[in-house]
Amino acid sequence: MRAKVTDRIATLCFYLIAILIIGILAGMIGFILFKGLHVINWDFVTEAPGSVLTGGGGVGPQLFNSFYLLVLTMIITVPLGLGGGIYLAEYAKPGQLTNVLRLSIEVLSSLPSIVVGLFGLMVFVQYTGWGFSLAAGALTLTVFNLPLMVRIVEQALGTVPREQKEASFALGVTHWHTIVKVLLPAALPGILTGTILAAGRVFGEAAALMFTAGMSSPDLDFSNWDITSPVSPLNPFRPASTLAVHIWKINSEGIVPDAKEIASGASALLVIAVLIFNLFARWFGRLIHARLTSTR
Amino acid sequence: MTLVSAWVLIITLFSLLYFIASKGIAPFLHGEVTLADFFSGNWGPSLSAEQGGPQYGALDFILGSLMVALGSAVISGPLGIGAALFMTEIAPKAGRKILQPAVEILVGIPSVVYGFIGLTLIVPALRSIFGEVGFGLLAGIIVLSVMILPTIISISADAIHSVPQGIREGSYALGATRWQTISGLVIRVAQPGLLTAVVLGIARAFGEALAVQMVIGNTADLPFHLLKPMSTLTSVITLNMGNTVQGSTYNNVLWSMALILLLMTLILILAIRFIARRREV
Amino acid sequence: MLKKSLLLGGVFALAFGALTGCSEGTSGQQQAGGSLTIVGSTAMQPLVEEAGKAYSAKNPNVQINVQGGGSGQGLSSVMNDTADIGNSDLFAEEKSNENIDPSQLVDHKVFVVGFAPVVNPDVGVDNLTQQQLIDIFTGKIKNWKEIGGKDLPVVLVNRPESSGTRATFAKYALKGNTEFRAKGGIEEDSSGTVRKIVSETPGAIGYLAFSYIDSSVKALKLDGVEPTNQNVCTNKWKVWSYEHMYTNKNGKNSKTENAFIQYILSGEGQALVKKMEYIPVSQMKVERDADGSVKPE
Repeated sequence: MRAKVTDRIATLCFYLIAILIIGILAGMIGFILFKGLHVINWDFVTEAPGSVLTGGGGVGPQLFNSFYLLVLTMIITVPLGLGGGIYLAEYAKPGQLTNVLRLSIEVLSSLPSIVVGLFGLMVFVQYTGWGFSLAAGALTLTVFNLPLMVRIVEQALGTVPREQKEASFALGVTHWHTIVKVLLPAALPGILTGTILAAGRVFGEAAALMFTAGMSSPDLDFSNWDITSPVSPLNPFRPASTLAVHIWKINSEGIVPDAKEIASGASALLVIAVLIFNLFARWFGRLIHARLTSTR
Repeated sequence: MTLVSAWVLIITLFSLLYFIASKGIAPFLHGEVTLADFFSGNWGPSLSAEQGGPQYGALDFILGSLMVALGSAVISGPLGIGAALFMTEIAPKAGRKILQPAVEILVGIPSVVYGFIGLTLIVPALRSIFGEVGFGLLAGIIVLSVMILPTIISISADAIHSVPQGIREGSYALGATRWQTISGLVIRVAQPGLLTAVVLGIARAFGEALAVQMVIGNTADLPFHLLKPMSTLTSVITLNMGNTVQGSTYNNVLWSMALILLLMTLILILAIRFIARRREV
Repeated sequence: MLKKSLLLGGVFALAFGALTGCSEGTSGQQQAGGSLTIVGSTAMQPLVEEAGKAYSAKNPNVQINVQGGGSGQGLSSVMNDTADIGNSDLFAEEKSNENIDPSQLVDHKVFVVGFAPVVNPDVGVDNLTQQQLIDIFTGKIKNWKEIGGKDLPVVLVNRPESSGTRATFAKYALKGNTEFRAKGGIEEDSSGTVRKIVSETPGAIGYLAFSYIDSSVKALKLDGVEPTNQNVCTNKWKVWSYEHMYTNKNGKNSKTENAFIQYILSGEGQALVKKMEYIPVSQMKVERDADGSVKPE
């Protein structure tokens, strides 16, 4: 009898823990949205921050910077991540190199972001002479995003059933061809979901960017698509503050009259973006999965 | 071709180690600060020579980082493992449908937002409950325990998943209750994985900067009182990096602190490897 | 194996070289268009950003990038020429023990900021003698009732050790008393956070630039002198500092640099200074040097 009672109590505890965690999350998101949702409107999302004197304005350039930085980071990370993941899953033989590689991945992915930021400051900002720039920010983010990406690809490839691979080999298809034509398509849903979730993390990063991409944006001319012009939003060598960095800055140097509203609005926007990333990742993963399984 | 990425990773790690280490070791090599001074509790970079300064002892901050990291692991460890067991053993369906997405969203919430919530919700709450200033170790621990929960949950869930189903069935066949099976067998078999989860959580807590800096008060004090302001390595670095001049002793000492953060991560990762190796034997 | 890795190393180096080469191209073009990078003091950032926007509106071919980073970063960037102008809350001389060589820099004092001790409105004190202020910040006075206020413990809200504001406050309000690390205080990096904490925490005292003081906190009189811009101009209120824009003597953009600094010092720029509740340099009736000696007395 005692054992049964203990079992009940334990089960109850587990439920309480689960409810507590959901509660914390719901509370946090609710709090942020409650504080900031009323600030968000079309102007807030599109307009540049207003003058320090009058306040007003929005976070348009910051939002753009966040996305653009994400794109730049992904352009660097995705090919390299695919390469690394394929190497580890398919080619790596147990040995010194693989060992060092795995250690590197583990260390890099759990480094404090501030240490990575300082490294970026020294190498990408000062050593290259780029100054605070999107490029420096993207490379810095790559430092801890790449190991994550490699792991995602490796794990996704690992879930592909052995039989598929062996069938392909049996047909005399080369190893590389098998990877490209059989394994990658099968692993695609996992890779995509993982990538989008990793993107969410890049989106919210601030500590590593304060020292690398800078804390303010120049006046951008969104009709200027000349990538070398300093006022073009696309120039990767211009400084840029992202949404997360902007929240940090507004919170601290709150000289704008409506600093509180902007900070809460921007936080809400950031949380909404993260939620969208998550939902999108799920939906997209399922969609691709359905496509692949029904066509095959 | 795929090797390129592997080399990029390795080169990145080693250049990172090299750069941070060469800057972090510099003040000791040039005799600006001795190791004994650095590991003392005397912090006073702006003290004049008559007052015995400048002093660059980082002990308070090293202990501060350790205290918040361990403190949040104490809270988050049991909670995280509990949640992982819930997801795998108790209610797999609800776990996958509700808890798993919740955890993924928690990962995505930016640390600035955690700090913002800490500053506007937790600090005032602690202040009105305990009547102290609110900023301090406890506020830091609370914020960090939420932040490291997802890490602990997802890694322990993986570990529990990999426990062979046969073990559970054997236990039930012997008439054991679910709790007896979990506490007696599942946890014991998954133990190395669970340890890994907690250690990685500690690593994340140790390195978190902005959220912590916003709620702990940042005083150079020993971190042995839950409600008194204290500092961590990361908070000292973020607060002072920009104000100090590069190449000055003060600035170099901040790099030494970054080096300590880096070494700590290395040690924790090696600890995990050690745990994993023991499991194989 | 070795051969392969060497080859790969080469590829990597090439790719990296291509990237940097490309960057040099763009930065070269930026210079032709006339672009200034200004780095440094976060306290000065809002004003300089605002002035930069107004200046670019008048001179469309000049781009002005203003970054924060802190006074130390500003000074070191202008020293090693990674920035054109370094903003600093302190004289370069005051940082000379930190590897800054003031003889290589040109000082432009662009405006003046006054600082005042601020308290939570509930402490029940609105005037302090300088000695009382020193005693509070060195931890000798621990409760507001000791100086006629309410029975509330004193909570110190400081700036970090390296902050320019803290250095100014220690020098002029606390008579050079740097030993004010009274235990139990809070340190925050930014004026906004300090104001928030002082306004929310019972018994809190901190210090802020005049422009940050609003109704949520109470600015204290010191020996009966009100913290106002008028009193700063005559040096009756002693806690103030110049805000500096430093340029490098061998700077490559000196023409554009000087034009922009002249703009800030012009009527238009100084009107902006006034609007943001700082004090134009021209209104100062006294001059103070890096050692703190004031002319005329």
